[in-house]
Amino acid sequence: MSYQSHADIGGLDGYGVVRHDSEDAALHDDWERRVLALTLEMGASGLWNIDSSRAARETLDDYGKLSYFEIWLAALEKLLLQSGALHAEELKQGRMLEGAIPVARVLRAAEVTTALARGSPTLRSPGAAARYSVGQWVRTSSAAPEHHTRLPGYARGKRGVIEHVHGMHVFADTHAQGMGEQPQWLYTVTFDELELWSRRTPQQRSLVSVDAWEPYLVPA
Amino acid sequence: MDAPDHDDEHAHRHRHGHAHDPASEHSELSALELRVRALETILTQKGYVDPAALDVLIDTYQTKIGPRNGAQVVARAWRDGEFRRRLLEDATTAIASLGFMGRQGEHMVAVENTAELHNMVVCTLCSCYPWPVLGLPPLWYKSAPYRARAVKDPRGVLEDFGVRLPENVRIHVWDSTAEVRYIVLPQRPVGSEHLSEHELAALVTRDSMIGTGLARLPSGAPP
Repeated sequence: MSYQSHADIGGLDGYGVVRHDSEDAALHDDWERRVLALTLEMGASGLWNIDSSRAARETLDDYGKLSYFEIWLAALEKLLLQSGALHAEELKQGRMLEGAIPVARVLRAAEVTTALARGSPTLRSPGAAARYSVGQWVRTSSAAPEHHTRLPGYARGKRGVIEHVHGMHVFADTHAQGMGEQPQWLYTVTFDELELWSRRTPQQRSLVSVDAWEPYLVPA
Repeated sequence: MDAPDHDDEHAHRHRHGHAHDPASEHSELSALELRVRALETILTQKGYVDPAALDVLIDTYQTKIGPRNGAQVVARAWRDGEFRRRLLEDATTAIASLGFMGRQGEHMVAVENTAELHNMVVCTLCSCYPWPVLGLPPLWYKSAPYRARAVKDPRGVLEDFGVRLPENVRIHVWDSTAEVRYIVLPQRPVGSEHLSEHELAALVTRDSMIGTGLARLPSGAPP
């Protein structure tokens, strides 16, 4: 079975100009506010994690045709169905037909502020020494994995320099697949525009950095 | 009750991937309203969500957490050299000392604009954004054109925003691909030396902290 992310669009041509909206616009419609809040609430349930929810979004067949919060809504429904927390017939009828399944936690109104302030840090205590240090040259993996990953297509198989070492962080690739946190060293890797876009001369005088876990990298 | 049928019809249309028809935008939105309401009803009936908590969450992101938080961080860094040093060294701790922390800002990095270097932040894979200091991302930040072009044609994107940088200025684009979140420390505008921290914060726009804009000039400053 092949995994396809429809979200990996960095560097692709043909999307046109960026349409700037006003300084204060973020949530436009009431339903968007509700989707955001429902998604945050259900995040506390422990039925999935942030990485599996990103995987649920990016693999929606109609990802490219949906608006931002339509993507969130469709992914939330998908995760609820997959986890058995809801049934398709319930969504169709708009009411509960079967009992609830156990969840780790229900976020109560009085806990919201504390829970948001705490967040979900992904830094873990180091279990091994970092393989790379700042200033070292590395090459990113050119593989297109059959699962959720956070190395964008445009930055695969490219030579860059370690800009920053962030410590060991929850590894999105395994976490998204329900295979646990498996913390890995996380680095910021910086690439020149000539390397990324196969340019012979600089067009932009630009650099691009990505944050990359150690398994994405080999020495260069 | 005809709501569920409308919902189903809506979902069905999307499953088959038909593009949005502007003429049906209105009915489209009502169908979405109904679909979300139905979902909220079931989740509440099952006891998975606390309706009061939903209201608190919505209120928090509408009224409490937004770019004014980040503007305070920037203004402090402009006025206080020691704070600026701490911000660039360990942004998470420095920002937390002003009371901003938590979800989607657990691991912060601040990048500083200078006369030679301009920083710009994107998330090409989704919409990662530093919520505690900037609130929720604007539409354009989440849009395909920005995500696709920011890494390859940052100067073109800046021109879309009406920003033209001198050719000798290098651009550094930060693609937020993990759980590290970035805030740009914009250049302090010329002519702002006499301003208080509060007045400085008013010059700091959301876009200047993403790197798609510059800080405002103080009123009365020469153009």
